[in-house]
Amino acid sequence: MINIPSTIKISLRALRVNKMRSALTMLGIIIGVSAVIAMLAVGTGASRQIEEQMSSMGSNLLIVVPGATTSGGVRMGAGTQSTLTLADAEAIKRECPAVEEVGPNLTGVAQVVYSHQNWSTGVVGTTPGMLIVRDWTLSSGKPFTEQDVKSATKVCLLGQVVVDNLFGDTDPVGKIIRIKNVPFTVFGVLGKKGQSATGQDQDDTIYIPVTTAQKKVFGTAFPGMIRSMMVKAKGAEYLAPAEKQINELLRQRHRIGPKQESDFTVRNLTQMMQAREESTKVMTLLLGAIASVSLLVGGIGIMNIMLVSVTERTREIGIRMAIGAKTWDIRLQFIIEALTLSLIGGLAGIIIGVTGSEILSMLAGWPTIVSPLSILMSFSFSGLVGIFFGFYPAYKASLLNPIDALRYE
Amino acid sequence: MSLIEVNGISKVYRLGDIDLKALCTVSTKIESGEFVAIMGPSGSGKSTFMNILGCLDKPTTGQYMLEGIDIGKLDRDELAGIRNKKIGFVFQGFNLLSRTSALENVELPMLYDGIPAKERSEKAAGALKNVGLEGRGGHHPNQLSGGQQQRVAIARALVNNAPIILADEPTGNLDTKTSAEIMELFVKLNTEANITIILVTHEHDIAAYSKRIIRFLDGCITSDEMGKNV
Ligand SMILES: Nc1ncnc2c1ncn2[C@@H]1O[C@H](COP(=O)(O)OP(=O)(O)O)[C@@H](O)[C@H]1O
Ligand SMILES: [Mg+2]
Repeated sequence: MINIPSTIKISLRALRVNKMRSALTMLGIIIGVSAVIAMLAVGTGASRQIEEQMSSMGSNLLIVVPGATTSGGVRMGAGTQSTLTLADAEAIKRECPAVEEVGPNLTGVAQVVYSHQNWSTGVVGTTPGMLIVRDWTLSSGKPFTEQDVKSATKVCLLGQVVVDNLFGDTDPVGKIIRIKNVPFTVFGVLGKKGQSATGQDQDDTIYIPVTTAQKKVFGTAFPGMIRSMMVKAKGAEYLAPAEKQINELLRQRHRIGPKQESDFTVRNLTQMMQAREESTKVMTLLLGAIASVSLLVGGIGIMNIMLVSVTERTREIGIRMAIGAKTWDIRLQFIIEALTLSLIGGLAGIIIGVTGSEILSMLAGWPTIVSPLSILMSFSFSGLVGIFFGFYPAYKASLLNPIDALRYE
Repeated sequence: MSLIEVNGISKVYRLGDIDLKALCTVSTKIESGEFVAIMGPSGSGKSTFMNILGCLDKPTTGQYMLEGIDIGKLDRDELAGIRNKKIGFVFQGFNLLSRTSALENVELPMLYDGIPAKERSEKAAGALKNVGLEGRGGHHPNQLSGGQQQRVAIARALVNNAPIILADEPTGNLDTKTSAEIMELFVKLNTEANITIILVTHEHDIAAYSKRIIRFLDGCITSDEMGKNV
């Protein structure tokens, strides 16, 4: 019959007597718990960011860029001349069975003017297929069509950032803007997407028909040239076949001999992002594991202090035993003491860990996410640490011989 | 059946290679309601004997029966239970918990007996009143005189209605006047509440309060006689 509330009271009093020592002992747990929470928050935040980027990028994506692949990666210096054409893009869509849609890309930076407002932004010459490739919907207006691409009409879709900067609250659909002094009719507004994997604001963009970009805005080194293309495979399992089919088709179209290097590279964007996500998850685990070590060290600190405390209070233990304290009365007294130290430390650690994560994301600009699970985990872990490291001193105390303990000076 | 019955108990301490016989085959009986003084020179085994009677220590040989229970057959927690319910200790050095109020010190035996908080503090206050410390419950040991601290210890020994009080030189740290007051208290508990009292002392005038005197020398009982108080 053990009296838990009274035992808790006894333990709390013992901790209050040595306030400084209790606080210092808790410090180990506080640092451990806050480190675990902050590290997991950083890791979870990074994973979440990558997940968001993946879904904003579109799914099952390949990208075809000019330049050869060498064993070290992609060789693509500033001077690399693109050899990709709009016809290549159309051929891929037509002839590769694993491909669902292709979006060509002819990009450049241009000054855009509406009324008295002007804005410098990335202008993307492409086809309606790009919207499908990137799973991109319009928030207002309508997309341009294949017919617009064929006849190189001067129409455009604006990203939200461009709309905000040129139009403010005005509805841009149907208005005329000037891109490099060429007048374009605004057909629609692209839905918000946020940051890309490379840290660019994906909403700071303008889509125009690729042919218009080639002929009227940027010009090309040779007819039909594009910078790159994005390809959507029919599904995750079609990514590898699509990559193979595109390689074969383009080598054939570009007349590249069997021993020659390709003048283009196909990269699996989805796979790259998944790899990044995977490594972020590993990093999160690693950070958490390292932080857990400090929690363990904090636990050893508790055990150390509890052992000192048992020795110091040998006489008290003797008195309690003489008066009728049983084995578990003594054990619980010290375990509860250790548990109280670790749980209060854990609670303080959670508060510091959560605020620390916020400060970290404010100062360093890292997205941090404190998951309730990480709070629950580190709190229960600190409790376990308290019980685990409190048990040995408690066990030692309970085994004292009453008469030896009473005589202890 | 006697309250206490010891048959040929001895206690041997091993100190390195030598065996130190602190107690050599002692046998005696103590009946309920007795007031026994144990006397003898320093080192004669009085405390060793008391610790065995108090179930704080085990004899090397021999049998100890308390209220017909063979103490040698009990485990740690059963012994703790006996100490809790059957025996009240009063030590020379008081052995109160410092940083703990008088009231809470007195509550302690009931705490380990699983008595609810309200009943505990009521009973403890009653026990303090019994030993003449009414209203001192909130004082901490270091705010009390030696005599008052010993009274708290006696209240603690009483509070669980233990039939036996074991007191090892309870007046050893007290002046003559306070000693007399403490002894009066023991006499009162013995006569009014029929509590069996066994106390160790060097002093004849302290032993004179008792009804029976057992003398020890070199671990053996040398005499066992009824005192003049009888
Ligand atoms: N824990 C112990 N270890 C070794 N010897 C002890 C221990 N306790 C007591 N003794 C020895 O046993 C003898 C009896 O001691 P004790 O019973 O304390 O005597 P008293 O109380 O009559 O003065 C003494 O010689 C003492 O030194
Ligand atoms: Mg002694």
